[in-house]
Amino acid sequence: MWNYLKLVLLGLAALFTLYLASEARDPAYLVAALIGFLSAAVAFIYALRGMGNESAPKTGYLDGPIRIGVILTAFWAVVGFLVGTWIAFLLAFPNLNFEWAQGFMNFGRLRPLHTSAVIFAFGGTGLVTTSMYVVQRTTGARLWNDSLAWFVFWGYQITILLAATGYVLGATQSKEYAEFEWYTDWWLTIVWVGYLLLFLGTLMKRKEPHIYVANWFYLSFIITIAMLHVINNLAIPVSLFGSKSVQVFAGVQDAMVQWWYGHNAVGFFLTAGFLGMMYYFVPKQAERPVFSYKLSIIHFWALIFLYIWAGPHHLHYTALPDWAGTLGMVFSIILWMPSWGGMINGLMTLSGAWDKLRTDPIIRMMVVSVGFYGMSTFEGPMMSIRAVNSLSHYTDWTIGHVHSGALGWNGMITFGALYFLFPRLWNKTGLYSTRLVSWHFWLATIGIIFYASSMWVSGIMEGLMWREIDAQGFLVNSFADTVAAKFPMYVVRGTGGILYLSGALIMAYNLWMTVTRAPLAHTTAAAAPAE
Amino acid sequence: MEGQDTYSIFRAIADSWVLLAMFVFFIGVVVWAFRPGSNAIHKDTAGIPFRNEDKPAGDRE
Repeated sequence: MWNYLKLVLLGLAALFTLYLASEARDPAYLVAALIGFLSAAVAFIYALRGMGNESAPKTGYLDGPIRIGVILTAFWAVVGFLVGTWIAFLLAFPNLNFEWAQGFMNFGRLRPLHTSAVIFAFGGTGLVTTSMYVVQRTTGARLWNDSLAWFVFWGYQITILLAATGYVLGATQSKEYAEFEWYTDWWLTIVWVGYLLLFLGTLMKRKEPHIYVANWFYLSFIITIAMLHVINNLAIPVSLFGSKSVQVFAGVQDAMVQWWYGHNAVGFFLTAGFLGMMYYFVPKQAERPVFSYKLSIIHFWALIFLYIWAGPHHLHYTALPDWAGTLGMVFSIILWMPSWGGMINGLMTLSGAWDKLRTDPIIRMMVVSVGFYGMSTFEGPMMSIRAVNSLSHYTDWTIGHVHSGALGWNGMITFGALYFLFPRLWNKTGLYSTRLVSWHFWLATIGIIFYASSMWVSGIMEGLMWREIDAQGFLVNSFADTVAAKFPMYVVRGTGGILYLSGALIMAYNLWMTVTRAPLAHTTAAAAPAE
Repeated sequence: MEGQDTYSIFRAIADSWVLLAMFVFFIGVVVWAFRPGSNAIHKDTAGIPFRNEDKPAGDRE
């Protein structure tokens, strides 16, 4: 019965999106509607061809979406890093703004494409995929509902396509890290509610009496992102057939809501979610339980209680009242404690197994990742202090800080998780090549160092140049002077990007060869994980 | 409270009772984590990733 209903719903969705396409007022909306139509049509054909096969027993873990998910995570990594490296050179060499690409490939169009590709496509797909893997293994239960799992997985990928095509065609609501327009927001809300239900449903049917700490972090990520996403994207569409919308909040309230969202996207997407990864994959790869489970509980609750208040530090010296800025600053500084507690917990998990650092490049990647987590959560609170912020804000220092967190912490822990997952998901004895993992490790690490150090130099120089005044009280430097002075640092930054991107390409090759060439772990059919 | 706008009322509640409640909850969590007998439970929970790697608990194929 449900299968017939599914066909009807998918058919109606296809017709509805086709109607939307016929009414579309702008290209971004037209493309979005067509993406919707194609997705519904493909899902319809798939559901139709699957009719009659429903009787297959659902045993084992549901690893189908996870297998596609790890491949897509690696794919989005390469795409996101490529766009990032490209725009890094675009800033250094403006001649790369080709005439034929005007209006599509300018910095303003590609920048949100890059940030969304790395955060939401690479990071988000990694989080959705690993959370599905981890929640099954740590509850001892299959995902709550197969169809829902597939819907959440592909629904999230559709969000990425809607966002990416929208940016290139000029649909943006101009909110940093929340650029995608109202129709993508609405779609993501539906997918996210499904994700929450899937996760909670799996936790409810768990076979373990306790909920492992990784799931706490994943769950807080899902719930908080739902709340942040809905409130920051309160907007009224100008037309139901066009991509433009108008924000409900205005002025300083809008700014505060935006940075409450923005900072907690860092706190709950890029931190809590990835800590879920850390608390599962680091102990697994080190083959020993987490250093202190008590510390992990305190880490979790302290992070939850503190992060949500830190947003106002993005708005020092603005129309935001000083007390709010001070509140954000104080909470950011208190955040040092749980962040470092978490870092120590991750690193000390290796106590007694430090020798693995010499032989296992995956563990090395994870340790460097946790190290960068510690470093960027030290740098962040420091930059939130009002006096430091007066120098660092609006400069490249911020960009450097973000990238030491994103490339170092988020990137490296996800690479570690991918290297962990591929052999297991395809039932292989191990990776195709550990040497290539070492290559990836060093290219990525040196790339990050190039990136972060060049942005420190560039940022501090820029900040000092902006505030320099002569004896008469006039500003010494014009804005263009700082742009010219930053040129060498921009080239170094781009070079770091090339190194990091090459590492990711080596990873993609290594993972591909693992699937196609590495020997199978067990040859018995019974050991193959059931779909 | 009369004559005060909604913001000020909410602000006063948030500044006092809600702040206290959240603080007490947090301290409670920390104390609860260190309750007597928690060591054995935490040791067991920390071992969860090393069970049920290949198939769900109770699945016998």
